[in-house]
Amino acid sequence: MRWIVGFGRFWYDFIVGDDWMVAVVVAIAVGVTYALAHADVTAWWLLPVAVFAVLAVSVARAAAKVRGR
Amino acid sequence: MHLHDALLFLAAFLASTVEMVEALTIVLAVGVTRSWRSTGWGVGAAVGALAVIVAVFGPAINRLPIDALRLIVGTILLIFGLQWLRKAILRATGLKALHDEDAIFQEEVAEAKTASHVERAGLDWYAFTVAFKGVFLEGLEVAFIVVTFGGTQRNVPLAAAAAGAALVLVLAVGAVVHAPLSRVPENTLKFGVGVMLTSFGIFWAGEGAGADWPHGDLSLLGVLAFVVVASFGLVAAFRGGRATVPAGEVAA
Repeated sequence: MRWIVGFGRFWYDFIVGDDWMVAVVVAIAVGVTYALAHADVTAWWLLPVAVFAVLAVSVARAAAKVRGR
Repeated sequence: MHLHDALLFLAAFLASTVEMVEALTIVLAVGVTRSWRSTGWGVGAAVGALAVIVAVFGPAINRLPIDALRLIVGTILLIFGLQWLRKAILRATGLKALHDEDAIFQEEVAEAKTASHVERAGLDWYAFTVAFKGVFLEGLEVAFIVVTFGGTQRNVPLAAAAAGAALVLVLAVGAVVHAPLSRVPENTLKFGVGVMLTSFGIFWAGEGAGADWPHGDLSLLGVLAFVVVASFGLVAAFRGGRATVPAGEVAA
């Protein structure tokens, strides 16, 4: 059991890393893109916008954490 | 060579170069202070294990339907690439310590000198395991990029060739210089790799989700330009931070 937990934690750290919010927002943005595209709505713009927004928020959170020390 | 193939080769080559430079620092530290023979076995075993991973997962990923592959692997590549880019932006703004190969080398040498000598299978076990872990863990990111990045473009062999070329280059330079390659602009290279992984991730995940990019494949250049401008914009907005994390903690 400990081996499975350790294995899962390794891959979580490896792919998701320090900020889980980035992964969640990307997954939601891809899902919404899928839904819009399959409803014949232009959706290519959504991912770049979502990526910029989540990156900006994530960097701002890290900056606030470091400067607040 | 198409634009996508050229960018695939470049991204895999640069990612492999930075990771192998980091692995070389660890290998040199244990090799110099402990045993070159045991260190060499550790490096060989790690490279062999990484080659097996690419050889197994590369063809396996090619069997997935292309849309599902780009949707799932493109999303994972995007999340993984954003992790690289986020760290690179934090380093460029001064909010995270820059990677310093000389400092890491000194830390590794100090640890290697104090570690006790245990012999297994005729090898200095400390030198073997540290070299193996160093090369394997750094190389795992490269293997991941080769399989996912190469897989989404149905060209794992090209990505593997780029990674192999970087490995040979770093090993050759390391053998000549015989010191950590601290003059390689690692932080800049990592920034570039983060930009490319994120751009390709956006493009493939969008395409896999069914979005139609205006101008087809040429849109990748637009996405790349957008990510570059956005990244430099964030660096400019947050510049002037203070790095409080020791160099050894930012090895990724």
